[in-house]
Amino acid sequence: MSKNIKVNVEYLTRVEGHGNIVVNVKNGKLEECRLDIVESPRFFEGMLRGRSIFEAQHITSRICGICACGHTLASVQAGEDALGVLPSEQTIKLRKFLLHMENMDSHLLHIYLLVAPDLLGVKSFVPLIETHNTVVRRALRMKKVCNDVCDILVGRHVHPISCIVGGFTKLPREKDLDRMLNFLTGLRPDMEATLELAKTLKFPQFNRETEYVGLVNDNGEYPMLSGDLGSTDGLKMSKKDYRKLTNEFVVSHSSAKHTKASRDSYAVGALARFNLNHGKLHPKAKEVAKVLGMKPTVTNPYLNTVAQLIECVHSLEDSIEILQEFKGKGLDYSQEIVVGLNERGTIPVKAGIGIGAVEVPRGILFHEYEIDKQGKIVNANCVIPTGQNCNNIEQDMKALVPQILEKSQEEITLLMEMLVRAYDPCISCSAHFLNVKFVGR
Amino acid sequence: MRKPKVAFFDFACCEGCQLQVANFGEALLDILGLIDVVMFREAMSEKSDEYDIAIVEGSITTPHDVERIKKIRATAKVLIAYGSCATIGGINGMKNNFDLEDIRKYVYKNDAKYFETIPTHPLHQIVKVDYFVHGCPVYQPEFVKVLKAALAGLPYNVPDYSVCVECRFNENVCMYDKGITCLGPVTRAGCNSWCINNGNICYGCRGMLSNPAKDGQMDILKKHNIPLEWVTNKMNMYNKPRELDIDEQKHKG
Repeated sequence: MSKNIKVNVEYLTRVEGHGNIVVNVKNGKLEECRLDIVESPRFFEGMLRGRSIFEAQHITSRICGICACGHTLASVQAGEDALGVLPSEQTIKLRKFLLHMENMDSHLLHIYLLVAPDLLGVKSFVPLIETHNTVVRRALRMKKVCNDVCDILVGRHVHPISCIVGGFTKLPREKDLDRMLNFLTGLRPDMEATLELAKTLKFPQFNRETEYVGLVNDNGEYPMLSGDLGSTDGLKMSKKDYRKLTNEFVVSHSSAKHTKASRDSYAVGALARFNLNHGKLHPKAKEVAKVLGMKPTVTNPYLNTVAQLIECVHSLEDSIEILQEFKGKGLDYSQEIVVGLNERGTIPVKAGIGIGAVEVPRGILFHEYEIDKQGKIVNANCVIPTGQNCNNIEQDMKALVPQILEKSQEEITLLMEMLVRAYDPCISCSAHFLNVKFVGR
Repeated sequence: MRKPKVAFFDFACCEGCQLQVANFGEALLDILGLIDVVMFREAMSEKSDEYDIAIVEGSITTPHDVERIKKIRATAKVLIAYGSCATIGGINGMKNNFDLEDIRKYVYKNDAKYFETIPTHPLHQIVKVDYFVHGCPVYQPEFVKVLKAALAGLPYNVPDYSVCVECRFNENVCMYDKGITCLGPVTRAGCNSWCINNGNICYGCRGMLSNPAKDGQMDILKKHNIPLEWVTNKMNMYNKPRELDIDEQKHKG
């Protein structure tokens, strides 16, 4: 075959942040295949130096508007780890609930507004307002439920207010629990309709074996907020050793720092979690997986979107159970904390290093802070899910292109865009902490 | 009547303020009935170089950004600075607390040379801005007000009284009475004291009042025995780039 193909997607759309896809095939041979990150650096690690550990969550939440709650939770966990603070059972449960809302919100946004237009053959959800009005309305309604619940729980979804080191500055009252329960039980019919829609969607067929990485544990819980690090290749280690897992490295042809564990690349995110921990999903989510034909190990990256839907069901049902439990036994309001902990000396401050490892919508997120004896940040490091997926996306692209060479340039471009989008990349996150080169500028 | 063409743009930011648009729920469809969104990269693949209103999120942090925002300004009839990063520099402005060379090397080590960076600027320091929607993130009810004003061609005046005014209406206990530093007294209202309602302090994300009653503020600090440094340190989280405003005024004067 002597085909020449040049794909150059500048500013990939319907993803968070700025990325370019470059594919170059000469005489039927793949010469170049890259995902470039062209986001403006924001220097978060640098800016954190000298700030109080109690401000870290407020600042790092601003890395990303979509995963603000995820960054908040990873940051708070790292801060508490550094200070030697153990959160109460109630606090942990509320944080798990918050993480469910974050995952559901982000997954729904991705499934409906970012992925569905490709599967329905349009450029965005806007034309769907005419052709699929009930679907668009349902999507916006479901997303709003997650937002409304976050408003009640932490003040707002984009940059949560009340979730800080030590616990919550405001706890939901009895009537708040009722309102949140109403919102979530009311979401069930829409979730079922989403499932019906998912059954009709056709995803591209492409399989490539890779290593799937995420949190693992020895109990029956689907691990999101805490656990050890594990992989489908059998890796298992404490979160303290996260650098041994990520092994970040720079490659000359790529714009972002890459990671690898046991083989060339690894994947994180909903599909990785599903492949690792499917047996621990809520029974209703397991049922959905069965109906949608998802049986681990799933090696088609396009099906990350389906794994996200399965997780939505899990998050919804587990959240309802958490709320019902709180309704039954009530909350301990004496645990409501007063902000300004460092000023008031409520939590003793000591020098130390702390690590947070949390499963956020796009995969496992690490925050690490080193603080001095006054609680001031000396060093900060974050490893972002999208950064970890970059290498795996490129490996997928390299495997996929030779399989689809006979297709038109347009079709190839769309399949590549859909592949990158399937990972739901959050490029502004990845660029804030990774090593980025501006290629071709 | 032709619907006005609206385009969303982003510079250095978290895109959370654009996300606030998607968070309107079904009410978004009512808004979309009044305007024709021609570009919104985060949510749409459609692209256009023709637009009447540009809604711009993010700060100007690279030489490339300066050129890009000038082009947007030249095309748009109306430019709305959207969110703290665009209106006051916001969190990105914390970079200005450091020597630029030093912070570049700290984050990117040997590859620092690839990262051209300039001090963080809010949009109005580079181009003329017609409307400001402050906040990190923006407060949706205020965004609707500004959009209405922009569509009607009317001015929108950002409240120039302190967050404390709204905070009192919301019957919150004053943070200073709890012995905690809060930036409410020197920060523009308009967010309905969002953070204090939820048990946190005001971090000054909407920017400083034009007349912050300096002597009165000093009395508050004195009364509660709070060092001025605590306040300025907090202020430098969102408001550091305002120093560049002041510098410019000096040059003009």
